[in-house]
Amino acid sequence: MSADAPSHHPPQLIGVVAESASGETRVAATPTTVRLLLKCGYEAVVETGAGEASGFDDQAYVEAGAQIGEAWNADVVLKVNAPTASEITRLREGATVVGLLAPAQNPELLQELSQAGVTALALDAVPRISRAQSMDVLSSMANIAGYRAVIEAAHVFGRFFTGQVTAAGKVPPAKVLVAGAGVAGLAAIGAASSLGAVVRATDPRPEVADQVRSLGGEYLPVDVVQEASTDGYAKATSADYDRAAAELYHEQAQDVDIVITTALIPGRPAPRLLTAADVAAMKPGSVIVDMAAAMGGNVEGTVAGRTVVTDNGVTIIGYTDLASRLPAQASQLFGTNLANLVKLLTPGKDGRLTVDFDDVVQRAVTVVRGGEITWPPPPVAVSAAPAAQTAEAAPVEPEPERPRLTPALRFGLIGLGMLAMFLLVAFAPAQLAENFTVFALAVVIGYYVIGKVHHALHTPLMSVTNAISGIVVIGALLQIGHENTLVTALSCVAILLTSVNVFGGFAVTRRMLSMFSKG
Amino acid sequence: MTSTTASHAADLVAALLFILSLAGLSQHRTSRAGVVYGIAGMALALIATIVVAAQSISAGAVALILVATAVGAAIGLWRARRVEMTQMPELIAVLHSFVGLAAVLVGWNSYLEVESHGDAQTRIGADLLGIHHAEVFIGIFIGAVTFTGSVVAFLKLSARIKSRPLMLPGKNALNIGALVAFVALTVWFTISPSLPLMIAVTALALALGWHLVASIGGGDMPVVVSMLNSYSGWAAAAAGFLLNNNLLIVTGALVGSSGAYLSYIMCKAMNRSFLSVIAGGFGIEAPSGGQEEQGEHREVRAAEAAEMLAQARSVIITPGYGMAVAQAQHPVAELTRRLRERGVEVRFGVHPVAGRLPGHMNVLLAEAKVPYDIVLEMDEINDDFADTSVVLVIGANDTVNPAAMDDPSSPIAGMPVLRVWESEQVIVFKRSMASGYAGVQNPLFFRENSAMLFGDAKQSVEAILHTLGSDGHHGESSTGRQTSLAGR
Repeated sequence: MSADAPSHHPPQLIGVVAESASGETRVAATPTTVRLLLKCGYEAVVETGAGEASGFDDQAYVEAGAQIGEAWNADVVLKVNAPTASEITRLREGATVVGLLAPAQNPELLQELSQAGVTALALDAVPRISRAQSMDVLSSMANIAGYRAVIEAAHVFGRFFTGQVTAAGKVPPAKVLVAGAGVAGLAAIGAASSLGAVVRATDPRPEVADQVRSLGGEYLPVDVVQEASTDGYAKATSADYDRAAAELYHEQAQDVDIVITTALIPGRPAPRLLTAADVAAMKPGSVIVDMAAAMGGNVEGTVAGRTVVTDNGVTIIGYTDLASRLPAQASQLFGTNLANLVKLLTPGKDGRLTVDFDDVVQRAVTVVRGGEITWPPPPVAVSAAPAAQTAEAAPVEPEPERPRLTPALRFGLIGLGMLAMFLLVAFAPAQLAENFTVFALAVVIGYYVIGKVHHALHTPLMSVTNAISGIVVIGALLQIGHENTLVTALSCVAILLTSVNVFGGFAVTRRMLSMFSKG
Repeated sequence: MTSTTASHAADLVAALLFILSLAGLSQHRTSRAGVVYGIAGMALALIATIVVAAQSISAGAVALILVATAVGAAIGLWRARRVEMTQMPELIAVLHSFVGLAAVLVGWNSYLEVESHGDAQTRIGADLLGIHHAEVFIGIFIGAVTFTGSVVAFLKLSARIKSRPLMLPGKNALNIGALVAFVALTVWFTISPSLPLMIAVTALALALGWHLVASIGGGDMPVVVSMLNSYSGWAAAAAGFLLNNNLLIVTGALVGSSGAYLSYIMCKAMNRSFLSVIAGGFGIEAPSGGQEEQGEHREVRAAEAAEMLAQARSVIITPGYGMAVAQAQHPVAELTRRLRERGVEVRFGVHPVAGRLPGHMNVLLAEAKVPYDIVLEMDEINDDFADTSVVLVIGANDTVNPAAMDDPSSPIAGMPVLRVWESEQVIVFKRSMASGYAGVQNPLFFRENSAMLFGDAKQSVEAILHTLGSDGHHGESSTGRQTSLAGR
């Protein structure tokens, strides 16, 4: 903590470096996001040619207020990919480096960073809580990649996406199956359906069905009971589920023209969704885009980074750089996410980066601090901590999804209820049986008669039913005057009370209704 | 046609009119006709009953009926005319308690007429006597639970007692124990009716009603009121069984099941189990709060808020109980009118459980003459927040809490909420940074696009109106409630 400098110190220098990874076209800051960084009080330096591949020349950065020059010895170095070993040696001791570090997969990288005595922030470790959404690079990139996957597929696919009736004949629309309705999947669904294709989507989380529909897709459920997701990511699935899903994929593979798979499970190889047999069953000319290629692929036969064509003429695209294929867009979103993180880390807007370990987000992204490895973060800090919660929580827990009754159980219960009613009426004396019939039918009518009640009329409806339930006055009317004075007195009180109800209830309902007016 | 058959016929017609009444009340177009049907049905039922009763009772008793009815009617009409729309929840709770108490009295009378005479009574056939015993008990039980439950709801709603849920140890055991005791007492009474048993069951039911509602927190009152509405219907139906009166049974069942359905809608809106509501004490999750997502909030002044509104393309207002407390509906309506004159699209997003009564916000906005077609339900408007320039959160808290959606450990997790934070700018009208009824901190306040406007909601809105007015068309903010009655 002694490193925290008082605020009157000069502002720190942020360096935006050029990416060295081959094929990487993105840059960690665009001229627009450089302005955001400057607003936080920093000075900025951009390495020569850093933004070239994304279409931002040095001049644009200068106009935004940055200098052009050596960026590696800045106080804070912004990057897209993890720095290489030689790049780490160029960092100043005590500097901060920010980028996609994949801490879970790269323990050696963390070692090297710690030996260099720097602070490292992993953008891909931003927790999935709503407050951190503005810094969620993975979502931003997935969104772009999902869009690009459709474009890549369309490029290879030999036909229109949309159905047309032309003078030269009728063209059926392309059928697209998107496996996994996460951010990338949803982006792909939106892009494909806006091109006019028939889009279907699968996902183990039934709660995404509405999102799929909202983007113009059709949700294909796998008919196996599944737990709802608690942390926003899809989980590994059960054996039953996998069997049912395999059948679904096999069926769909024969029908659709394009398959886009997006299924990833954090920290594990990608699940296999399509087998070689499924691919072989597809029509010649079909296209598969395997967005999980980098993690082993969802499709048997995917080669990471390559396009392969199978014996039956199916193209499998395994690009791992889909987001980089839209460099200007990717850099803009990446840079904005990064700028939001810097903003969070600069509470004083004074150009001094501070890391507050009490903040869940800041704690989670910091993987090395001042040469000390701080990854993984304590699990309790992440908002979704179901294990810790069940241990200490009250018995009444909000369950995301209640188990539904199976059809057999439901019919059984209805049957039992009916039997109970039957016995009750069959054995009751005639008078009770008659009363009961009337009662049961009235209950059903009461349920249906307000089935479509407008939400604005809840209060008037309640006050009118209240007035009507004043009908109990009839009971008192039937009793008054027949017996001793006590009965009559009690009846009198009852009549008085219920009259308040009847008259008051109707009057106040009328008053309320007279206020409702249409504009 | 004898007077008895005529009265039966009147009963049937009245029952049909009540069904028409409830059906009419479901839609704006037919709602006023619905009330007319209801009044007609009630008038028919009362007249038919009184005419038949008058044949067998003395003139004195008839006069007594008329006097009691007249006094009750006078009180009822007076209260109905005078009540503030913000006080509707209390009024309705009180009215429910009357039905409950009346049902208890009818039950006691029935005991005095039949059981208290022992074997000497002739009113009820021997084969039906056992059933009559049970019906007396069931009627009193439901009536008494409704009575004390409504009284507690009234006291809580009118802030005469603390709205915090009462936490007796073993509360569920107490409730179940009371039910078991009730069944046992009923069996005992069926075998040998006696006065002490009557007193015991009445006391038991009164205590149970009290405890049921006392264990529920103030924030859950919309469901409670709707549930009591249902109970009052069942109480009337029980009285119908007791007196072998079909009209009472039909009407009670109608009210009971429609009230239960309404409560079910409420429960769905709060993502709560219907069963646990009926059982009472579902407010137990209220305390706790876990780790809080604290942060820094941003404050704005009324003048800045006015500027944001003036430049907005579209505005959504999400009112809550705070608007009712501050009586801010009139200035809010005035603000709506002013903005609409400027060409800003203004709509209202009402959460199903906003306020202390189902539909409470709608009534308040209608009172202030906000056109009902711009007052939309959560499901109708939730997808539109993303295209909205400014959202005004006026006195709402838990119904706009993002923690319900993205923090599974939150006590309100899973409750559908208005997704106000998706808009470009949220302005929260609030008195302080205190948490809402559910006692949960609201991460909305700390979002980048949220700003807090502290102070009394009414004064804040009036200040905005003043700023808007100084550069707009109207000179001053007219907030009078009798302004535009002419011509309606």
